Amino acid sequence: MDVNEIIKPENKVYGKSPVLTDTVMHYCPGCSHGTIHKLIAEVIEEMGIQEKTIGISPVGCAVFAYNYLHIDWQQAAHGRAPALATATKRLYPDKYVFTYQGDGDIAAIGTSETIHACNRGENIVVIFVNNAIYGMTGGQMSPLTLEGQVTATTPYGRRTDLNGYPLKITDLVAQLEGTCYVTRQSVQTAGAVRKAKKAVRKAFENSANGKGTSFIEVVSSCNSGWKLTPVAANKWMEENLFPFYPLGDLKDK
Amino acid sequence: MAEKILLKGNEAIAIAAIRCGCDGYFGYPITPQSEIMETLMDERPWETTGMVVLQSESEVASINMLYGGASCGKKVMTSSSSPGVSLMCEGLSYLAGAELPCLVVNVVRGGPGLGSIQASQADYFQAVKGGGHGDYRLIVLAPASVQEMYDFVDLSFELSFKYRNPAMILADGVIGQMMEKVELREEKRRLTDAEIARLYGSWATTGKPKDRKENVITSLAMDSEVHEKFNLKLVEKYKRINEAEVRFEKIACDDAEHLIVAYGSCARICEKAVELARETGIKVGLLRPITLYPYPSKAIDEMTAQLKDVLVVEMSAGQMVEDVRLAVNGKIPVTHFGRIGGIIPTPEEVVVALKNMIQ
Amino acid sequence: MAMKGAIVVDRERCKGCGVCTANCPVQVVALTKEVNSKGYPMAYMAHPEACTGCTNCATVCPDSVITVYRVKV
Repeated sequence: MDVNEIIKPENKVYGKSPVLTDTVMHYCPGCSHGTIHKLIAEVIEEMGIQEKTIGISPVGCAVFAYNYLHIDWQQAAHGRAPALATATKRLYPDKYVFTYQGDGDIAAIGTSETIHACNRGENIVVIFVNNAIYGMTGGQMSPLTLEGQVTATTPYGRRTDLNGYPLKITDLVAQLEGTCYVTRQSVQTAGAVRKAKKAVRKAFENSANGKGTSFIEVVSSCNSGWKLTPVAANKWMEENLFPFYPLGDLKDK
Repeated sequence: MAEKILLKGNEAIAIAAIRCGCDGYFGYPITPQSEIMETLMDERPWETTGMVVLQSESEVASINMLYGGASCGKKVMTSSSSPGVSLMCEGLSYLAGAELPCLVVNVVRGGPGLGSIQASQADYFQAVKGGGHGDYRLIVLAPASVQEMYDFVDLSFELSFKYRNPAMILADGVIGQMMEKVELREEKRRLTDAEIARLYGSWATTGKPKDRKENVITSLAMDSEVHEKFNLKLVEKYKRINEAEVRFEKIACDDAEHLIVAYGSCARICEKAVELARETGIKVGLLRPITLYPYPSKAIDEMTAQLKDVLVVEMSAGQMVEDVRLAVNGKIPVTHFGRIGGIIPTPEEVVVALKNMIQ
Repeated sequence: MAMKGAIVVDRERCKGCGVCTANCPVQVVALTKEVNSKGYPMAYMAHPEACTGCTNCATVCPDSVITVYRVKV
């Protein structure tokens, strides 16, 4: 069968979500952010909640997330997204409010806001992109950098005697009464993306049902920061990050 | 006749917030202003007006809750005292940079550091010169009575929405803690979500309807040209504020040869000092700035022709005195008299300082 | 019933990361030798006859540059 006979509008089975803008993303080739943006866009599209969704973007690589989804956005100061989301959701209880944050944002400078928003059980969705490094500032150590991992500020590898231990913030928030759904996902394979999307959908539904805070960690790659090709970075992630940050639901109540 | 009730300054802030249609208060306890949140919690406005009241985990969280709430086009406020406001300065810079309206009440206590819990006016610089980073200004109102504590809540919201800029009420422990009769103004109801979407839908994150483009609240501009243009827009806004919103009060100034400039609780003490000094034949007047930003520089400058000198009285080591010096621009001498550490100057002390200046 | 698929790549937006090629179960998707105006190689169907339209390549594409078509044959 000729390709041109297949490529017809009626045969289209997958394409770019209309919730995504046409702006070319500034992310490096192969960066997980683009994939995660896409699945959030698809969930918003499928749930038909574009008019009721407010996103909060962080400081870090995802600061420009507001350029990529056709929804209203607030861009927060570093680490403070959960505070913005708290007020936004309480003032607009019928809206869907999500934060989009990196590991430095959520687990270093913003630890307090993260813990307390989760502990209050704010009816928000927290999307946490963990690539174990500060991407935008040039690949420095984050709280979630692995022991021995080389970064710009741990050029000889992270030493726990100097830098402490990788902070499993997701395990921590799973202990809090306010969280209803805590899960760890990834997006390096098609199967993983489909699972992660289901998790995002569930989180948005929890928000509508007033069940509390849904917290989704997406273990991700930062191939530039790790100085690997995109495909090699995904492999490194599977071999090194997954054993320490195992995928799956930590809590689902 | 309008209802009058006896209120503490801090309580007046809380009651005024509920009655002027405030949508949300987010705060963290700190002396000497904790009664503001305590009064709100006691009044339970969420059961009447629907106002949200939340005790946050820190002043940093409070100010960022304001950023979120203000982004929604809602009337939001917080209150704190000096060390807490220092923590909020980053957020205030972001709010100003994103052109968001909100109200921050600072019931000032002594500093630097943990300082004291007594009244002070040593946060003047922080309030009117920045505190946070970047070229930004706050609209700053200085109440001198409990009635003004009440009235300035609504006024602050009016001004902050008019100019899309954060406003601050710069009070002090004296005004916060003292009790006076307050006339309750007519109640204003909270705006509905539909009204907010109609009034502020051009910028607020109310949820993107199909027929408008997405609204983005941010203070980020990576392009230098764009960023300069944005800053110049802010400069233009502050110019408009300076032209239209200066507020001050003049007492016994018509024949004055000497002038005292003082704001807030100090102004009340100085009013008494003017009375005492005039009994001894000194022709002295009082100019009380009500807005500290914009500052009544022009009003002070216009008086220099009739004046021999100016005495600036503050509960600080000398902060507002710099703005008075800028206003008179060397035409006449300007002297500062201040008490620090939570000590409130007496009218008699002010008269002595005035006499020393004149000699 | 067999499925026949095909993909269309937005060549100018493709960054040539190769995550799609690694996820193609039938080795249909490969990267071009030539580059686009930004200097990136681009995803393309090296073996269009083998494509089943499974959507894996498009699902993992961070830049949403792949559209997938499928027919039953």
